Amino acid sequence: MKKTKQLLACLVLMTLGLGTAHADYTLNLMRGVTQLSNEVYDLHMLILWICVFIGIAVFGTMFYSIFHHRKSKGHKAAQFHENTTVEIIWTIIPTLILVAMAIPATKAVIDLDKVQDSDMTIKVTGKQWYWDYEYLDSGLHFESHLDLASEKAHRVSSIDPRSVPNYLLNVDKPLVVPVKTKIRFLFTAADVIHSWWVPDLGWKKDANPGFVNDAWTSVDKPGVYRGQCTELCGRDHGFMPIVVIAMEKEQYDAWVKAELEKQNALPDLSKQTRASLLLKGESVYLTNCVACHQIDGKGISGWYPGLSGSAKVTGDIHQLIGFVQAGTSKMPAFKKLPADQLAALMTYIRNAPELGNKVGDELQACHALSLDELEDIFPDIDNAPELCKENGEVKLDKVVAEKN
Amino acid sequence: MTAVVAEHDDHHDHHDHGPEKGILRWIITTNHKDIGTMYLVFALIMFFVGGTMALIIRSELFEPGLQFVDPQFFNSMTTMHALVMVFGAVMPAFVGLANWMIPMMIGAPDMALPRMNNMSFWMLVAGVLLLAATLFMEGGAPAGGWTLYPPLVLQTGKALPFAIFSVHMLGISSIMGAINVIATIFNMRAPGMTLMKMPLFVWTWLITAFLLIAIMPVFAGAVTMLLTDRFFDTSFFNAAGGGDPVLYQHIFWFFGHPEVYVMILPTFGVASTIIPVFARKPLFGYASMVYATAAIAFLSFIVWAHHMFTVGLPIAGELYFMYATMLIAIPTGVKVFNWTATMWKGEMTFETPMLFSIAFVVLFTMGGFTGLMMSVAPADFQYHDTYFIVAHFHYTLVPASVFILMASGYYWLPKWTGNMYDERIGRLHFWLSAISVNILFFPQHFLGLAGMPRRIPDYAIQFADWNMVSSIGAFIYGFSQLLFVYIVIDTIRGGTGKATAEVWEDASKHGLEWTVPSPAPYHTFTTPPEIIPTEHV
Repeated sequence: MKKTKQLLACLVLMTLGLGTAHADYTLNLMRGVTQLSNEVYDLHMLILWICVFIGIAVFGTMFYSIFHHRKSKGHKAAQFHENTTVEIIWTIIPTLILVAMAIPATKAVIDLDKVQDSDMTIKVTGKQWYWDYEYLDSGLHFESHLDLASEKAHRVSSIDPRSVPNYLLNVDKPLVVPVKTKIRFLFTAADVIHSWWVPDLGWKKDANPGFVNDAWTSVDKPGVYRGQCTELCGRDHGFMPIVVIAMEKEQYDAWVKAELEKQNALPDLSKQTRASLLLKGESVYLTNCVACHQIDGKGISGWYPGLSGSAKVTGDIHQLIGFVQAGTSKMPAFKKLPADQLAALMTYIRNAPELGNKVGDELQACHALSLDELEDIFPDIDNAPELCKENGEVKLDKVVAEKN
Repeated sequence: MTAVVAEHDDHHDHHDHGPEKGILRWIITTNHKDIGTMYLVFALIMFFVGGTMALIIRSELFEPGLQFVDPQFFNSMTTMHALVMVFGAVMPAFVGLANWMIPMMIGAPDMALPRMNNMSFWMLVAGVLLLAATLFMEGGAPAGGWTLYPPLVLQTGKALPFAIFSVHMLGISSIMGAINVIATIFNMRAPGMTLMKMPLFVWTWLITAFLLIAIMPVFAGAVTMLLTDRFFDTSFFNAAGGGDPVLYQHIFWFFGHPEVYVMILPTFGVASTIIPVFARKPLFGYASMVYATAAIAFLSFIVWAHHMFTVGLPIAGELYFMYATMLIAIPTGVKVFNWTATMWKGEMTFETPMLFSIAFVVLFTMGGFTGLMMSVAPADFQYHDTYFIVAHFHYTLVPASVFILMASGYYWLPKWTGNMYDERIGRLHFWLSAISVNILFFPQHFLGLAGMPRRIPDYAIQFADWNMVSSIGAFIYGFSQLLFVYIVIDTIRGGTGKATAEVWEDASKHGLEWTVPSPAPYHTFTTPPEIIPTEHV
């Protein structure tokens, strides 16, 4: 027994040692920043203490017995058994404790369900492997992917994850919400089941394909709150975090305004250098393509085709654009990728040394636009930048000729 | 009663026979002891196969970053680890114990349906091999979690139909085993062995067998729907065709919740058998143990959606499943209080089976506490699908079911082999296991509460320390189980000496198996024993 005690002491010391060395982990649930999360936290602490109390009573009795009622101490066994009174008592007392727990729990279930009378609604769609946010009131709509630093770090073994700030808990575009505003969330999914969890908000909710779930929150104080997908959703399930930034109402309004302007702005059609196309192409690739085609462009045998040396990738560029925009049964259709991103991506996948391709061409944003798209942007083709009228685009030559 | 060894030619005589010679003995055997041994050995091998997968998982999680395996393979490992441990290790181990012990405990010569007994074992082997084969198929083994949730599981490569057929075979094997247990208990008890005189291990297995018959067809149905959704254009779980992916979860957990009790009820039975022997005192409340087991089994059918609190249940559903789940604490509490009261004022000695049983009571109760915490739906909104639940169910499976399986091994090995195991190494095995299992699983509570989701191959830096501690515990735990293999082999080869018929002090008061010689002869109770009314075990 003495040895056991020593071992236990060692363990406790080890734990404390770790505790002083790293201060940034937590042992318990966090209180969170909403009324609901506080309610859930209090409930958690209540049950935890009830369990600790019962545990001390039961284990205390058991260990008293283990230490004293042993043969080596010459204790003689009593032969009692079956005592109806005792058995009734140890059935009734737990029942009463359960009732005491059920009352606040019921209240919390009801509070969590109060999604009505919200001030705004955000639709969250889980996709393999990122989140898609749509602000139903303002029309703002964007995707939120794992940030590039984490994306690279977990795919390239030479990068130390510890050097990446908020490794795996950071995104390229966080969800921004106003504080002290009742927000109703709608959850759904495009492919498989996902689950949206930010611990500081106090709950998680599954996003089921073909169905809509709802939940609500009202964040008490501004801040950055991080979470992750919590329903296994395939190979990159561990790599689709959630970041919620809560800000004061005025700041939030300004943010929405700026984002809407960006969302409605024309794609940048200016001429880019080859280097900047490749650089931008890499980030577009890491955001949209890397999950399946992998960082070396080799794909995954049996699952996803490689891009390195693929005839489709290195062949006719217009067919390739059409293919990427149309998608396949396995690949999503990248119809909404803005022209500048599309052009950079094409340049990157055809020429990036990391992917092992070397076609030797480059594509400017204007030349990634189809005739219809160009006409949507410039009803009068003469207003289009000179670059767009250049010879790179065969179809465009025809347009210019017709207009003339 | 003495061992009857057949000494005649190859033609098998069905009246007077010992074991067949050579490998055929094992392939065609209908002897409950041989089949029990095969189940136990098979389960032990699968325990190490599943354990190796767990160590692959814990190696990858030792440090942040992806070091050893591809995320898809990691997901296959979590999926296969669970399937192998549940269907290949824990369930077969208890079937093995049932085979060996139920006939001997009720004074029957063999199981009621010996040929089906043989078939259910070989069906199990075929099923598990088919499952293992999926690891080498194009697209890899199933990687959608052992729950096989659609639509994700439908993205499995070539392995999906094989995994589904494997589940069918495992289900048929379990159902045959369960029918056999029920038929044996209802028809083959020795005269005077009334139901309320049966050892609790027999009682808990009787109830478990009914659970199995009720649930395995449900699981088979659920996976068959997956099969037709994938290959025959049905839309049971596809919203676009009018189905619902959540329907699968309801069906699965209607199977799944009783299924986890299939792994724990026989555990209760063994603990209730071992503790009185080493406390030298009758079990405190035999009847209340039987009723509590039945109550838990009943409740297991009406609480399934507590696995699905976050799936978007209507509020009435949330409340009902929360209340119903909380109720489980009552009969479970009765059991824990009963074991404690049995030890109280006993005359305890601490041989290895008792050590494992006491650790079971303590650590299972911890798993019970976290279970109670998760029954509270709003709190489960935080705990669900995090490492908190990983800690919870591993506490109810490893230091509970697996510890009791180890306790059973130590308790009955002398009866099976006729030799005593080495008590010193047994205790070493216990202390290494009991300490390392807590280093392994206790920090996972912290990880879950701090926000680490389950089933992820890589994690944020703030989870690094406890993951490392947990992985260290995993390796100590995993490797210390090799001691058990050593002890089993050593005991078969002679151990520390011959065992008496009774093995443990006054054990014959506690069960019929201790009235036959050690090792137990190939055929026992060919004429039924006389049951003398004694204290309950």
